[in-house]
Amino acid sequence: MSAKPLVSVLVFPGSNDDRDAAWALGAVGGRPELVWHGERALPADTAAVVLPGGFSYGDYLRTGAIASRAPIMDAVVHFAARGGPVLGICNGFQILCEARLLPGILRPNRQLEFVCRDTDLRVESTSSVFLGRCAVGQKLVIPVKHGDGAWYADEGTFVQLAARGQIALRYADDVNGALGNVAGVTNDTGNVLGLMPHPEHAVDPLLGSPDGGLLLAALVDAAAAFRPRVAA
Amino acid sequence: MLVRPKEGILDPQGDAVRQSLRNLGFDVSSARVGRVVDLQLTADDAGDARKQLERMCAELLANPLIESVEIRVDE
Repeated sequence: MSAKPLVSVLVFPGSNDDRDAAWALGAVGGRPELVWHGERALPADTAAVVLPGGFSYGDYLRTGAIASRAPIMDAVVHFAARGGPVLGICNGFQILCEARLLPGILRPNRQLEFVCRDTDLRVESTSSVFLGRCAVGQKLVIPVKHGDGAWYADEGTFVQLAARGQIALRYADDVNGALGNVAGVTNDTGNVLGLMPHPEHAVDPLLGSPDGGLLLAALVDAAAAFRPRVAA
Repeated sequence: MLVRPKEGILDPQGDAVRQSLRNLGFDVSSARVGRVVDLQLTADDAGDARKQLERMCAELLANPLIESVEIRVDE
């Protein structure tokens, strides 16, 4: 087994940040491999899965809805159930919500405008494997670029998530009308994270901020610690 | 099938449509935009068709968090 953990980066029709994500994961010590959505299984030694940004299926029906029923997604659900780290970025976040691996849903931005800029984020919870290199209250600068980024859940769900530390990241200001300015949420076991900001676009100071690298490096940490079981 | 944003759910698309209609001089106070899905399918009877459609809604066509659905079956 190679020293670098294998991170499977899924590619859907309309994904456009898959190669950026793969490059950034390689830069922080991972071994990225692109995996086509039509596959029914992940590569056997997959130690983490990333669902990248883009506009899968042209955002038809609801963003992420059609991709969430793609052949590969059964394998992703099983991988997550075994505790494998799964990260969804932007369209990937939308897909994970539609696949019901994450709570809530992403809706059109309240201002009806595409938002493309750096955002100031606050780390709300470090209870997931992805924020292991951050501290609660820490400020991160990571860019967003989305038209459907307003996270929504009903009030009861929102209160529960906050109490359980599943609200991972919030915007410092109102970026898109998301409930509670939520930018990222995790599942209840802390091994699945979805976020609208793009950490893969913030791994080098030359590109404005290295803060996204903290999340991706933590993902690689978790991948290195994950013991993949080869399916019988 | 008629899929539309649930009561109380913010509908930015509807707001844009309302504003545009107002710009055209129509006195519209509210607009909500949903979608119609027309399907042709084989079923034993209307009840069976409705059951199939309900499953399709649950599995793909609507998200119950934000959307409500009305189903009409024609033979």
